[in-house]
Amino acid sequence: MATRKSPEQSNASREELLHYYREMLLIRRFEEKAGQLYGMGLIGGFCHLYIGQEAVVVGLEAAAKEGDKRITSYRDHGHMLACGMDAKGVMAELTGREGGYSKGKGGSMHMFSKEKHFYGGHGIVGAQVPLGAGLAFADRYLGNDNVTFAYFGDGAANQGQVYEAYNMAKLWSLPVIFVIENNQYAMGTSVKRSTKSPSLWERGAAYGIKGEAVDGMDVLAVKAAGEKAVAACRAGQGPYILEMMTYRYRGHSMSDPAKYRTREEVQRMRDEKDAIEHVRDLLIQGNLATDDDLKAIDKDIKAVVNEAADFAKESPEPALEELWTDIYA
Amino acid sequence: MATEVLMPALSPTMEEGTLAKWLVKEGDAVKSGQIIAEIETDKATMEFEAVDEGTIGKLLIAEGTAGVKVNTPIAVLVEEGESADATPAPAAQPQGEKQPQPAEGSEGKAVDEPLVSSPGAPVPGKRDRSPDWPEGTQMKTMTVREALREAMAEEMRADKTVFLMGEEVGEYQGAYKISQGLLDEFGAKRVVDTPITEHGFAGMAVGAAFAGLRPIVEFMTFNFAMQAIDQIINSAAKTLYMSGGQMGCPIVFRGPNGAAARVGAQHSQDYAAWYAQIPGLKVVMPYSAADAKGLLKTAIRDPNPVIFLENEILYGRSFEVPVLEDFAIPFGKARIWREGSDLTIVSFGIGMTYALEAADKLAAEGISAEVIDLRTLRPIDYDTVIASVKKTNRCITVEEGWPVGSIGNHIAATIMQQAFDWLDAPVLNLTGKDVPMPYAANLEKHALVTTAEVVEAAKSVCYR
Ligand SMILES: Cc1ncc(C[n+]2csc(CCOP(=O)(O)OP(=O)(O)O)c2C)c(N)n1
Ligand SMILES: [Mg+2]
Repeated sequence: MATRKSPEQSNASREELLHYYREMLLIRRFEEKAGQLYGMGLIGGFCHLYIGQEAVVVGLEAAAKEGDKRITSYRDHGHMLACGMDAKGVMAELTGREGGYSKGKGGSMHMFSKEKHFYGGHGIVGAQVPLGAGLAFADRYLGNDNVTFAYFGDGAANQGQVYEAYNMAKLWSLPVIFVIENNQYAMGTSVKRSTKSPSLWERGAAYGIKGEAVDGMDVLAVKAAGEKAVAACRAGQGPYILEMMTYRYRGHSMSDPAKYRTREEVQRMRDEKDAIEHVRDLLIQGNLATDDDLKAIDKDIKAVVNEAADFAKESPEPALEELWTDIYA
Repeated sequence: MATEVLMPALSPTMEEGTLAKWLVKEGDAVKSGQIIAEIETDKATMEFEAVDEGTIGKLLIAEGTAGVKVNTPIAVLVEEGESADATPAPAAQPQGEKQPQPAEGSEGKAVDEPLVSSPGAPVPGKRDRSPDWPEGTQMKTMTVREALREAMAEEMRADKTVFLMGEEVGEYQGAYKISQGLLDEFGAKRVVDTPITEHGFAGMAVGAAFAGLRPIVEFMTFNFAMQAIDQIINSAAKTLYMSGGQMGCPIVFRGPNGAAARVGAQHSQDYAAWYAQIPGLKVVMPYSAADAKGLLKTAIRDPNPVIFLENEILYGRSFEVPVLEDFAIPFGKARIWREGSDLTIVSFGIGMTYALEAADKLAAEGISAEVIDLRTLRPIDYDTVIASVKKTNRCITVEEGWPVGSIGNHIAATIMQQAFDWLDAPVLNLTGKDVPMPYAANLEKHALVTTAEVVEAAKSVCYR
């Protein structure tokens, strides 16, 4: 804790900072609970936690407006909570119950909400990137000013279809923001072991796409970069690449032996870079909130998460007929 | 010498066209490459260039004539000083309209040969019923995981051109720990960690195989091989044929296939029937550890691309494996796990779990099931299946894949064609349900084939 750098002053208001604090904390507590339910056997299969990366989605959502779309990989719980999907419905999908966003048929990796313009939840590494560009294609075609956030990992950044999507997105000036969540590892492969590119966002230059690297552990920096990218896209100057430098604290999924990095490395990131602690410091040291204010928020969040977990346990399994529905429209 | 100009085929499917317009008249000198006519096909109007030089001696077809068949002489080109009536030499044929010729060797088919074409089947009548290892061989208990690892290690020791490539196969020791320890023994040159780039590294491995190496490509699961399926089918499976036999592709694509547990629709697919459809591929789907080892060794030595379909749930299961210096199992040889007289159950891979469980249950009810593990799906050992059906007169098949176009469908069709008169009941196919794999625990159970369903089907073909 002592190693934390004291935060620079920010111009963000108390309300804004409290909002970030609350949103990021919701994701973290939700994920901790999901990990717990997994351990109890209530969640099965693959479950990829977002702990550590909360500032990325919370900062970018702050730059979005109603109508904007988002699409991501299997590490998707944070994205869903940040775009306003209900914690109960997400958790119940994790437990495979009727009350889940996909009626229990999708699971952790495959969830969607048309209402919140959340297009999944995709299990195949890299597949969501052209899909995201396609969402943007539709918006441009329909003539609105919506923007799509297409999130993918540093590992996914090596899939060929990403570059096919880059090329077409630029060719057709699509309003899509390619958000690379560079958490430094793809399962057990560090970025250094998968590419000699010095940075991932710079690859866009080959296609004429602008971009930048962003401190993805600093929600304010994320939001500022997001606003810039969104403005470019809305002005018809898309696409845009944001490489979010971030870190996942937990294993790749629940069954990761995690021998590819040291405990010290993880601990150092937590101590020095934690996104939630950063906002907490801004609030407390800037005299914008008291410990008690934040404790009250913690308590609220805990209640929300517990309620979600209870719902996810109590919601019944889907009816057997559901096996045969939703195959064709 | 005079040359005939023939009506050209201007598309692969064109059979006739309209000679819309002549751009030359009799007596005109033409150069090669000069446009001499406009020809209309059903799709477009095309310009027609002269190939040879000379003088137009005669226009044989008038402008505006429709329905001119491809290869009809439309003009005569004469050389300088030749008369327009000079006898034309046979013209060079325009491209793209080779006459179909009867396939070589299509005559003189043996009369008793089955009417159906058998995918990569071993020669009929050469049914191999020899034991997989000599009687009295020392055995040891081993998991499927260890057996696969041992097979790779042994072949890598024996042949320096064999190498392993894939995501997390090296430093991480394999996503499912099949390659554990191989990096230590063989080094990073031969145990190659790749980025997440299936289409790219599968293609590179195929290229390396063209150039004389023997790659083993591990897909973290076969679901991700869909990213690479073009290279597998279009490049690996077809090149030997397309190169007239010059350039083969000795490569193994391996990894877990089929449903694991609760991993949802995108991560739970059985590709057995998909790959079994492809001429040029060999397809293996072992159940036991001994088969996993013996067949993987054969796959690595095979000069062809081999799809080797493993199963995550079977990785941890233990079986007896022979302790032999050099143990390999040939492709196209089914294994009879259990002899029986009332019906035949044909299965492979994890389907064998249900087939064997069902056979136990059936035995308790006085029904004697013969259980056959196909082990390889291309080639398929039809003879063992047919011989069994001629004995039991009833058959059901068991697999986890989808019902439409399943391996079971194919087995049923083959039995109908080759042993119709021996059948006392229709062949039933037990498969996964015709739905994407649901995540919910209760639905997932129903989506998969179950032992109870196998038992029920077995009874129904026995009319019990
Ligand atoms: C096409 C494909 N290949 C492999 C996998 C297995 N897999 C799942 S996640 C993953 C690592 C991806 O890492 P990254 O893109 O950095 O995202 P992160 O998990 O760090 O969020 C791999 C190899 C997959 N799901 N899809
Ligand atoms: Mg990553």
